[in-house]
Amino acid sequence: MSTGARGGRLAGNVFRFARLLRHAGLPVGPADALAALDALQLVDIGSPGEVRAALRATLVHRHEHAELFEAAFRLFWRDPDAARAAAALGLFEAAKPKPPERAPPGSRRLAEALAPAAEPRLRESREEVAAELLQSDRERLQGLDFEAMSAAEIAAAKAEIRRLALPLDQQRTRRRRTDPAGPHVDLRATLRASLRRGGELVEIAHSRRVSRPPPLVVLCDISGSMGRYTQILLHFLHAVANDRDRVHSFLFGTRLTNVTRHLRHRDPEVAFQLISHLVVDWSGGTRIGEALQQFNRCWARRVLAQGAVVLLVTDGLDRDGAAHLGEAMERLHRSCARLVWLNPLLRWDGFAPKSQGIRAMLGHVDEFKPVHNLASLRALVESLSRPASPREMHRWRIAA
Amino acid sequence: MLPGSVAETSALLAGGGYVADQALATTVHLALAMRRPLFLEGEPGTGKTEIAKVLAGGLNRRLVRLQCYDGLDLAGAAYEWDHAGQLLAIRIAEATGTQDRRTLASDIYSREFLQSRPLLSAIDPDLPPSVLLIDELDRADEPFEAFLLEVLGDFQLSIPEYGTVHAAVPPVVVITSNRTREVHDAIRRRCLYHWVDYPDARRERQILAHKAPGVAERLSAQIVAFVQLLRREELFKLPGVAETIDWAAALTHLDKAELDPAAVDETLGVLLKYQDDIARVKGSEAARLVAEAREAALAVPVG
Repeated sequence: MSTGARGGRLAGNVFRFARLLRHAGLPVGPADALAALDALQLVDIGSPGEVRAALRATLVHRHEHAELFEAAFRLFWRDPDAARAAAALGLFEAAKPKPPERAPPGSRRLAEALAPAAEPRLRESREEVAAELLQSDRERLQGLDFEAMSAAEIAAAKAEIRRLALPLDQQRTRRRRTDPAGPHVDLRATLRASLRRGGELVEIAHSRRVSRPPPLVVLCDISGSMGRYTQILLHFLHAVANDRDRVHSFLFGTRLTNVTRHLRHRDPEVAFQLISHLVVDWSGGTRIGEALQQFNRCWARRVLAQGAVVLLVTDGLDRDGAAHLGEAMERLHRSCARLVWLNPLLRWDGFAPKSQGIRAMLGHVDEFKPVHNLASLRALVESLSRPASPREMHRWRIAA
Repeated sequence: MLPGSVAETSALLAGGGYVADQALATTVHLALAMRRPLFLEGEPGTGKTEIAKVLAGGLNRRLVRLQCYDGLDLAGAAYEWDHAGQLLAIRIAEATGTQDRRTLASDIYSREFLQSRPLLSAIDPDLPPSVLLIDELDRADEPFEAFLLEVLGDFQLSIPEYGTVHAAVPPVVVITSNRTREVHDAIRRRCLYHWVDYPDARRERQILAHKAPGVAERLSAQIVAFVQLLRREELFKLPGVAETIDWAAALTHLDKAELDPAAVDETLGVLLKYQDDIARVKGSEAARLVAEAREAALAVPVG
């Protein structure tokens, strides 16, 4: 066998394999496939272990893709034809985390499918709402509980939420940028300017520390008791996730699901479609303690670095009573810069923190806020740009 | 000289006391042969940094280490101008009054006033070839990653006032991350990726034999069996290989010939670094694991 022919066949197989991985949802580009081909020239082709390691090193860039790669590798290199058949039959579709390049046509289809029914009605209702919305009505909407809203009112609220931007609660970094009014002297820029004037120091350049918003992590309860709020809260999450960078979102009922990538989808309806496929425990029971423990174990170290603020959205009603809830909350509190608990139950004037779960959690949060209507969302947004008020928390702890 | 095959790479790592599995040896071999940076991700204490050190020793190159931290900038990572020296040079030029403006600028921005930091040092053509270790990249912030792209892609560094510095011999680049933050895809794409996992029992015994040669064979087998069992528990932070080695040293120091529950309870702080984890394992759980580990160690072939 000539090396050319062998190289040609090998190249064909590598590119087919790369295509299979791409079908399965792995971000594998042509450059990666070329690198894989290069790599295969450098290892012993007769050794399956070396071939697999070479392909994995060049085609996989994230640990979470390794498992899918292994499955594809076993299938493809044992029997490439069967693998192609499997890909054609969509056997890999199940493992596929909804790749973004497939979403646009899907969403358009979705929009088209829904358009005759939903779109005009939505617009109609919005117009209706707009027509009726005099100043007082708008105020009513602000104060109305999400739970008591009609479909039209929810649509109007969603539109409001979309306009709600979190203030950039700034956090100073150690990086600097030039700023004529800045407090620090920028020697490098000063020297460069002086050389333009033959070495005479005429102007002193200044710089200032760059500040940017801290990372935000949202943990949102989607259990049955949160039912009606979930829809609105998802819209809020979506608005937040698309408003700034470094936002991580998680949903939990009985188990924890990371929806960060899905919420990044520009169109909220498409994003929610993706999420609804992903989350299996909608409107079920809640195991807050377990979900938080899972978060602490698997995600805390990966997303809570660099002074993250955590928004925990839950009513605190735990199916398991308060088992492990206190410890999980304590650990969470210690690993983040600020922990804010948003609780829709707080809307009742007579709310008293009597449930076991609520009491276990109260000791470990920096802030306790209502989140049941537009006004409270707006208040939340404002409070996030200020430091936490210890006095208010003290009041709640005494009540508990 | 770079190793010519996976087996040679494996031998090179073993020569430095690093026991690598086949996948890691292959990836290291490819990184060397393809002149691509090696991106190693994994839990703390699994020996990522060690790989760079062993490579530097085995290839007889100098190790240039860049420890990342939040806010790491050009001045800390690549180069810095000696501003005081430059100002002085301007004053001297003024005093002697000999130079015109153009030569002054080129004098001020000469190599003399350029202070090397790790990245510049690693690709400096006047220095011997290097192994560049960019340690814990996840601790640096995103703007720093963007800056790294040029160095990693072309092994060169552009300094606006000075020009572009090219490496005469491309450095061997090893990047490590503990995954406290996701490193950007642009960096990942330029590298060969390897997830450094906890070793299996056989490999961990080999590592222990290399790193703690004074430990009795039976104790060493029990230690490894215990740690392997511990990694199956639901702990906040699982013990890494570094902890295993420390623990073996600690138990030997206490003159233990075998694991016993009391000794484990006393030295648990060497293995586990969080109070919750220690409280969970200490006592009855430790006793159960010791019994299981002794059982498992019996099955290990001696010799």
